[in-house]
Amino acid sequence: MEVPILRQGRYLIATIQSALSDADLTRLRKSLVEQVGKWRARGVIVDVTALDVMDSFATRTLRDIAHMIRLRGAETVIVGIQPDVAFAMIRLGLQLEGIATALDLEEGLAHLNQQLRKMEGGGGSDGASGDDPGRS
Amino acid sequence: MNVARREREDTTETAAPITVTILSDQDIILARQNGRALAVKLGFSPGDLAVIAIAISELARNIAIYAGRGEIIMSPAVDGGRQGITVVARDDGPGIADVERALQPGYSTSGGLGLGLPGVRRLMDEFQIVSRMGRGTEVRVLKWNV
Repeated sequence: MEVPILRQGRYLIATIQSALSDADLTRLRKSLVEQVGKWRARGVIVDVTALDVMDSFATRTLRDIAHMIRLRGAETVIVGIQPDVAFAMIRLGLQLEGIATALDLEEGLAHLNQQLRKMEGGGGSDGASGDDPGRS
Repeated sequence: MNVARREREDTTETAAPITVTILSDQDIILARQNGRALAVKLGFSPGDLAVIAIAISELARNIAIYAGRGEIIMSPAVDGGRQGITVVARDDGPGIADVERALQPGYSTSGGLGLGLPGVRRLMDEFQIVSRMGRGTEVRVLKWNV
């Protein structure tokens, strides 16, 4: 199951649409890390709203994605972790420490806009609105 | 991928035991989805469904990584008025050299891949493991619907 990656301005948005195998997740990681360079993206959003489970492999891969993309000079936000998914993750002891998370796509975009403004010295290029979604 | 259904006298047709053969990472998804479907039929809450699904995912991945081949058997459990789900993860793989150590929090032989057995034990109400070197491993877990 291929995850479509949408380009919107300087951001890449990967929307996971169904359960992903370990191989799918690894492909997504490779694809995002490559495309950040190809499109000179400054921010990446991974939308996991459709995932009914985030197990150890998914969590680790998302963490790797965020760290690798940061090394490539862009920011990542994971959006849409569902309440029951969050509950099971915590019970298993899984964390996304150091990774930005947001409630949904809108909050994720607002977070990236804010980060980008900060990095570019308060220019305010993208017209962000909304609250700071914070970090996990 | 291979899903076989087995009938048992004490279970209705809608909640029959399900066996999923684990050969690849695709089968991890299949096991998880079948387990979740069974847990839905058994009336588990959404929070418990996520917990059961994540536990099945971890057990199935252990099989895929360490044994390469095995099976996940999911069945309804009944004890007096209680209903639950039993998940058995069985393989003929290399076995676990030190089961005690494998149950210590944070233990993993595959470089941090998963939280493994301690996490699964924490998630479920009952947990049993039998492992013999060169013979394989069987993990049996149970979650009650309370």
